[in-house]
Amino acid sequence: FPGLADVSISQDIPVEGEITVPVGSHSPDEDYSTLDEPVKDTIMRDLKAVGKKFVHVMYPRKSSALLRDWDLWGPLVLCVSLALMLQGGSADSKDDGGPQFAEVFVIIWFGAVVITLNSKLMGGTISFFQSLCVLGYCVMPLNVAMLVCRLVLLAGAGTISFIIRLIVVGAMFAWSTLASTAFLADSQPPNRKALVVYPIFLFYFVISWMILTFTPQ
Amino acid sequence: AGPGAAAAAGPGPGPAGADTVSAPAQAGGSAVIDMENMDDTSGSSFEDMGEMHQRMKEEEEEEAEGEAGAGEEEDGEFLGMKGLRGQLGRQVADQMWQVGKRQASRAFSLYANIDILRPYFDVEPVQVRARLLESMIPVKMINFPQKIAGELYGPLMLVFTLVAILLHGMKTSDTIIREGTLMGTAIGTCFGYWLGVSSFMYFLAYLCNAQITMVQMLSLLGYGLFGHCITLFVTYNIHFHSLFYIFWLVVGGLSTLRMVAVLVSRTVGHTQRLILCGTLAALHMLFLLYLHFAYHKVVEGILDTLEGPNMPPFQRVARDIPVVSNAVLNTTAKAIALTL
Repeated sequence: FPGLADVSISQDIPVEGEITVPVGSHSPDEDYSTLDEPVKDTIMRDLKAVGKKFVHVMYPRKSSALLRDWDLWGPLVLCVSLALMLQGGSADSKDDGGPQFAEVFVIIWFGAVVITLNSKLMGGTISFFQSLCVLGYCVMPLNVAMLVCRLVLLAGAGTISFIIRLIVVGAMFAWSTLASTAFLADSQPPNRKALVVYPIFLFYFVISWMILTFTPQ
Repeated sequence: AGPGAAAAAGPGPGPAGADTVSAPAQAGGSAVIDMENMDDTSGSSFEDMGEMHQRMKEEEEEEAEGEAGAGEEEDGEFLGMKGLRGQLGRQVADQMWQVGKRQASRAFSLYANIDILRPYFDVEPVQVRARLLESMIPVKMINFPQKIAGELYGPLMLVFTLVAILLHGMKTSDTIIREGTLMGTAIGTCFGYWLGVSSFMYFLAYLCNAQITMVQMLSLLGYGLFGHCITLFVTYNIHFHSLFYIFWLVVGGLSTLRMVAVLVSRTVGHTQRLILCGTLAALHMLFLLYLHFAYHKVVEGILDTLEGPNMPPFQRVARDIPVVSNAVLNTTAKAIALTL
């Protein structure tokens, strides 16, 4: 660029201004402008979003809030807490406690990925992470069931406690399946809903079975 | 004037060429024009490597050319502006990078595309139910090649159901697996059987000239697992050896007959038919045996402990204790009645 080689800027003219290119329309998140807010605001906003999704799972209505702003914080917390509570049960030696955590973790995430792939292959309109988000959040009733089972097992391990645990786990399993079906089956063509619901049923059945057969050491 | 004009024209197409090649990559990224590629010292490490390589080559050739003399005009031109050769080298390297990147992304989008599997999952629930029931009904017409649906949804769901049933069986029999996890073993066994035996049978079918594709083989074997699921579901909950053997023969036998008949209808020649069908029947039935006995201990005392006092029925007891002998009599009678 020989022509620009002899451009000089005099010392007393300040060069200032804004070099911004208009981006068109602002995205609704505006993530890049939240860098200056206090940390408490950021955390509270995320916590509120997670809490709102928990409420949606408790009362499964057809709302798109769970689907639109997906996040995986809730599923991670639920999965880790379930895996921690299931650890250390029905084992003779203490080295069987380790694989149990990894087992639960792998089952939940691998199972969720498989169900998501299956629903996408069936012609679903939901995206990969949205489906993961829904399946992860719908593990919450089973977490509640696990807590109740643990409390009941503190009292004793007889037949009555088994019946109570069976009823509780069965009810929570039905709730989980219904909640996730309410979100996921809508994105499928109507005559294929059964094909998508069956893997979800199997997935929550395996988790419920792990909870029901848990006996503390 | 000649070398001078070429010198002026040299750096000209160089940056411009580099600019046009790299501009499409830059234009999609940001609205700010990156001036880095305009310089001789470019920001991309790929081009830096190309530049270093070029400079080393030029130094070597400079020493070599010094002996040959600078008489020839072509060499004089190229020697005169090492910049031109450097620019060309960088441009070529840049283009190769672009082509390589385009090929890699095309290959990735081709093979990692989930849409490849989409036609194999295109089923209706009615079809799945029909195929499940058909897998237990042996066909009679073996002179005409039977149709096999190349579908993967049913087999995949059956494999997962088998994994769940296996897990249930392992848990209720308190199987302790030292070097692994229950879930890992169950998944490994079932998927290993489905994929491994399918591949092996496909290889055998290739050797025996049978008309079957890999997807059809996967589908056939997968639907054959329906019999396994039923048998194991029943016999993991009701613990009788004789019941298991009946189920093994009847249910396992029916699904084996179905698979064998379909394969026979697609193979020509007696020896080939024998090899193929014998192998499939053996593997299928043996797998069911293996699943029952390896992962599910039939604890015979379990029935006694649920009913009465904890005493094995064949123990020799002292004759002075009527209570104990009564208990023994009762337990023995119950055991005999239950096994009948």
